[in-house]
Amino acid sequence: MLENFSFRTIVEYLPLFGQGLVTTVWLSLLSFAGALAVGILLSAMNLQRGWLFRVPAKAYIDAVRATPLLAQLYFLYFGLPRLGIILPELVVGILALSLNSGAYVAEIIRAGILSIPRGQVEAGVASGMTYVQRMRLVILPQAFKVTIPPLLGQAIVLVKDSALLSLIAVAELTRAGQLLASDRFMPAEGFITIAAFYLLLYYGLKGLAALSGRWLGQAGART
Amino acid sequence: MIWQQLQSLAGSYPLALRGLGMTVMLSLISLVLGTLIGFGLGILRTGGNRLISSVIGAWVDLIRGTPFLVQIFLIFFILPELGIELDAFSAGIIALTNLAACFICEIVVAGIRSVPTGQVEAALASGLSRWQRMRQVVLPQAMRIVLPPLVGQYVLLIKDSSVVSAIGLTDLTRVGWLVVQRVPNGLLVFFLVGLGYFIVCYPLIMLARRLEQRIGAAHGEVQL
Repeated sequence: MLENFSFRTIVEYLPLFGQGLVTTVWLSLLSFAGALAVGILLSAMNLQRGWLFRVPAKAYIDAVRATPLLAQLYFLYFGLPRLGIILPELVVGILALSLNSGAYVAEIIRAGILSIPRGQVEAGVASGMTYVQRMRLVILPQAFKVTIPPLLGQAIVLVKDSALLSLIAVAELTRAGQLLASDRFMPAEGFITIAAFYLLLYYGLKGLAALSGRWLGQAGART
Repeated sequence: MIWQQLQSLAGSYPLALRGLGMTVMLSLISLVLGTLIGFGLGILRTGGNRLISSVIGAWVDLIRGTPFLVQIFLIFFILPELGIELDAFSAGIIALTNLAACFICEIVVAGIRSVPTGQVEAALASGLSRWQRMRQVVLPQAMRIVLPPLVGQYVLLIKDSSVVSAIGLTDLTRVGWLVVQRVPNGLLVFFLVGLGYFIVCYPLIMLARRLEQRIGAAHGEVQL
């Protein structure tokens, strides 16, 4: 069968793949922005002394990390209508990806903040800085550098995870491959093509991670 | 109404047990096979043969760069066209084993590279054979670096096994999907599905954390 691999069909379906790729890219960007928001909120809660915010944040992070994304996706997809909230599949998908990735982002940010030596905070206190000033001027600028590479790693995971949205009929890249596979009975053409597109995104993000590592390394050398 | 739903859910517990069994079986088989193959690949990749290590590196990159769902579809739909007949279960096992092996390979490589070269040189000077060096000197020291992420990888593997429901295997996630067609309470059904995974995965997450702390503490001792 693979000897009559049809490049012509792939070219014919190229607009569909293009649309799928564009959808995957922007829904991943939106979800990543959402994940950053969720992650910052969770890590702020997680770093509080009192248990009132810390315990729910920890419970949420553990619950997300110990269950598969697909089950979380179905939880929202089948569960939200039950609460009277009816959203388009695409929105449910972005919500699921944001809430899922947010838990991992929270852990990355927390690790970044905790990596700052205790002495830095003490120096800030000794200089008479308020909590907000210490965070903004001392801790976050340093933590930022440590968190960028793992955050880009999480972005790679998110792009790959977005393939699962095809299972709730979001018209993204994997869905395009499924359509070609089922319309024309050409699974090889469909799935190899989308695999190639995902690799493109993967190497792009990986290159970005390497670049940021070099840039941050230089910035580190300068200070 | 909720009472009826609970009754209906209670009625589908044999199905849920079957799903849980499928999830555990898929995870366990591919965990064992993936660990063995992953260690083999990792050792080969650091073995010094350029060609072998770049072929393994390229394969690992291909697998890390594509979504697992796409890999399952490729294996399930394309291998039969190459004349290899597969049922969904074997396709799932192959896909999961391959995924685990690639990620574990990376972990093992990082572990082996963390062992100081002086250790290998000392082993060489003591006249140990290649296999003896690996088994008695390098691997035992590498294991300290390997163990925490390895356990973390097992958690990922169990979670990724949910994706094989896409090719129709009746695992825990698929059971949830089937039950929710009859009992229209997605919140309850998938809460229970999530609970099933949580019970298996959470102890492993705790174990990985414990291992990480212990190794961190051990490093502190060495530095003192």
